[in-house]
Formats: sequence, C-alpha cells, structure tokens
Amino acid sequence: MGRAVAVIGIGQTKHGDRSEITYPDLVREAVKAAIDDAGLDIEDIEGVVYGSMPSMMEGVGMNHFYFAEALGAVGKEFMRTETCGTTGISLAFTGYYWVASGCADLVMVVGSEKQHEGDSQAAIVTVYDPLYQRPFASGAPGIYSWLSQDWMWRYNVPEEKARDAAARLSVDHHRDALKTPYAHIRKELSLEDVKTSPILVYPIRLYDTCPASDGACAVIFGSEDAVKRLGKKAAWIKGVGFRGDEYVFGDADRVVSECASQAAAAAYDMAGVTDPLTELDVAEPYNPFTFMEMIHYESFGFCEPGQAADEILKGTFGPGGKLHCAPSGGVLCTNAIGACALMRVAEIALQVTGKAGERQVDGAKLGFAHGLGGLNQFNGVMILGRDK
Amino acid sequence: MGKHYKTLRHDVWLPHEFAVGPVFERFYEGLKQEIIWGTKCSGCKKTLVPARTFCPECLVDMNEWVQVSQKGKLVSWTLANYQFYGAPTEPPFVGALIRLEDCDCDFLHLLGGPEFEDLSTIKSKLKKGSDVRAVWNEEKKGHMLDIKYFKLM
Repeated sequence: MGRAVAVIGIGQTKHGDRSEITYPDLVREAVKAAIDDAGLDIEDIEGVVYGSMPSMMEGVGMNHFYFAEALGAVGKEFMRTETCGTTGISLAFTGYYWVASGCADLVMVVGSEKQHEGDSQAAIVTVYDPLYQRPFASGAPGIYSWLSQDWMWRYNVPEEKARDAAARLSVDHHRDALKTPYAHIRKELSLEDVKTSPILVYPIRLYDTCPASDGACAVIFGSEDAVKRLGKKAAWIKGVGFRGDEYVFGDADRVVSECASQAAAAAYDMAGVTDPLTELDVAEPYNPFTFMEMIHYESFGFCEPGQAADEILKGTFGPGGKLHCAPSGGVLCTNAIGACALMRVAEIALQVTGKAGERQVDGAKLGFAHGLGGLNQFNGVMILGRDK
Repeated sequence: MGKHYKTLRHDVWLPHEFAVGPVFERFYEGLKQEIIWGTKCSGCKKTLVPARTFCPECLVDMNEWVQVSQKGKLVSWTLANYQFYGAPTEPPFVGALIRLEDCDCDFLHLLGGPEFEDLSTIKSKLKKGSDVRAVWNEEKKGHMLDIKYFKLM
C-alpha cells in the first residue's frame, strides 16, 4: 500500500486560446500557481514529473527538455509520464506512487497542451495504427460514435432518449463551466442549441464535443509528514486503479468497457467503497463526448447498464442530484489534453477540501477522478477524500 | 485577451516507411485476390481478422490461416461529416463495425452504396445485425481499401 499521500497544492492556467504567450510560459504559469497555493518555494520540491500528448501534437519533440526551467526541474529528480488522454491521471499516479514509496516527500506533476499551435485532430489520427485502422479513424469522435450506436442498439435505448440525455449533459456542463474561473468555453446553451448543432460524426454533434484548448495544470503531492509540516488542508488519495484493453478496436467489448469497470473496481476496493452512487459525493469523469460519458457512468457502477440516459434525465448526475458529475464543466468545456485528467484530480481535491468556490458541492468528502486515453483503451481512476 | 503577439510558422514533414511484416503482407496479398484472411488461435480457438501474428489474449503465435467469410452482421455505424486527416474519402461517409461470419472480433471498414446519401435514409436502413457483404474495388493495391465498402444485402 505504501505511505499515505495527499494533494497539497494545485495550480491551473486560464484555459482557452493562449496564443499570446509561449508554451514554456504557459507551463510556468501553472507551476508558479501550484507552488504559491502550497505555500512552498520551488527548491522544496524534490521531484518533478511532466506529460503532454505525443510530440506530433506538441510541435517540439520531447518538450520536457524545452520546459526544464519552467517546470523548476533543473537539478532535480525528473520523470516523464505520457499515456495519451490518460496522461493527466498517469501523472497523478506517478506522483502518488513516488511519494507513497517513501523515496520523496514532495513531488510536483505537471500536464499541459497548446492545441492552438498545431493540428491536434491529425495528431490523434496517428494514434491509430497505419496497417489497419488509420483510414477509418474519423479523429477522436469516431470511436465514441461507434460505441454510442452499439450501446443504444444493445440496451434498446431509444435514440431520442439518448439524444435528450446527451443534450442535458451538455447544457449542465456548460452551465457549470460558467462558475469555473479557469474554464475555456463559457456559454449558456439550450437543449435545442445542442440538438441542432452541426454533426461531426453522427450521433456526436458540435456541442457534444470538447473544444481544443491551451492550458496547463500542476499538482503537488505530499507525504503525511509534509502535510503536518505545512499545516494545510489536504486531499488524501484513498484509492487508485488503472487498466487497459486490447489495442485493435474490434477485439474488446468497449461498450461494456471492461477496463473502465476494472479500473473503478480496483480504486473502490482500495478506498473501501462498495456503493459508489451513495458513498461518493462528487465525480469528475473524463468526458470529452457526452454520449461516451453516459456509457462510462454505467462502467463505473453509478447506474445499471443501459440506464444512464434515464438517470441523467431524472437529474441523478446533475447539480443537486445524487452524484453531481463534472461540476467543473469537465473536459466538455476545457480540453488541454495533457492536463485534462490531472484537472479532474485537481477539481476533486478542491471539492473535498471545500475550496471549489461557487461550484462547491455541499459537504463533499469523497470524490472520484477519471482519465481516459487512446481509443477508449486505457482508463484510470483516483479516489480522493477529506479524511486520511 | 490582451495584445496579440506574432506567431512563427514551422511545418514538420517526416515520411515513414512502416514495416508490414509477413502476416500483414499475406493479408494484403489476399485482398488483391478478393480473399479476407484471418488467423485462428490454437489456445482459445478464436478467429481474428485481419490476420495476426499472435493472439492478443493467449499471447501465443497464430499459425492457422482461415479464409473468412465476406458476409457479416452490422454491429455499429457512424456518419463522418467532417474532414479528418487521412480519411479514406471526402465526408460524409459511413464507417462500420462488422462481425464477419465465424469470426470472434469486429471488423472495421466502410458502408456504401446508393442508399447512403442522407442521414434519415441511412438511419431507416440500418438495424442492429443488418446483413452486409464486401464489395471490391476493380483495381487492387494490396491495401485495406481494396474492399471498396460493405453493402447491405
């Protein structure tokens, strides 16, 4: 199990089109904010971990070299962790494992993306192998639209109901993002706006889809000793789980999404959670596409298979519902990919320490953060709590 | 947003020659002859398509070659309405997941034919498990797109 580990500092940039500054300066903005939040000096950090999307999306190969000073990594232990969309949760796991191992007391992990500089859709297509799958990719939305259609047919979810539920998610998340100071898309939408927005890859429409954002997030993990020394409110890591599926898209059943279920089950087991819907107070799913978000609620055991649309329409996962999901507005409204899953961890840490401002879920003590990567191939879950 | 500063354009062009290996080479050669090759695992007995060098579940070599059926059932579909990098054709086009007869995985390809012109027609025609069959291009290059598309039967 290792030692107890807590999140003790969080820094985020303003997300959106950040073409006004260079990429290293963007990274530094998050690093500085995290150091300030923890009440530390950069010298106090013993180890640094960085990750982004693949170099093809970054424009600079192995950009941690470029960011060494911005990360405060010069003269320190350093690692790079990178697993596509899951990068952020893998970064959090790396920080957690490092401190839990007893090899360091203070580790900072940083994820970033600057999508306005490159062609991220083309870069994502290169995640598909060139021998078989690449011509059929249709970017990131392609995979999730196949899954959505398969899911609707398999569980006899009427398309109109799924469409309404997806629109409801989009409206709720966009409304929540208005309360999130760092969010990229800040726009009130109606159900009709979502349902009539342009089709990207059917059934996924524009407002079922995340934006392309620039931004960075830094999170500092500390040992129990470090938490005591700093005398700060901390969010304790209660459980972690990470699983992967087979690579070729048609080989595994991604609708049942065994790797998402297994990752969640491992995290629940470690955290002692037996009924996630009642025991969790808040969740931050990695939700770049509304339709996929529904399937994930089922994979995580928040509801029964085929029931997500009904539960969404009942308000179970919305503001004031049984389990408010994505109170930050989620990836749907802010999508700096290399930082995205780390932002889920950051938001849950803020929520369980009562520091989430206007979007605070009342009395949140235990929360669920998720990362998703590849062709829905990798899933990681981290559960954070107010109490050790 | 404050002042807008300059940006610096830089294009990266990195050609790749991917090794195809003996298994995909035989699979591609099969496509030229209108054959879809799969391989069967000696452990779990599953037939996978395209042919594989090893079973992703049992991790043993897959040496038994099987000519798989060119007919199958529709598992899922999408309508791509946006120009993605490397797409096989101009949008809109219909992508499909198909379970070919006697195979144990889904096959990723396109759906085509005259009925695939507008969304409402597509939606009315496609059902879970719709029967489809491969339609071949006349000119073949030893490539995934030697199969022109799958067509409703």
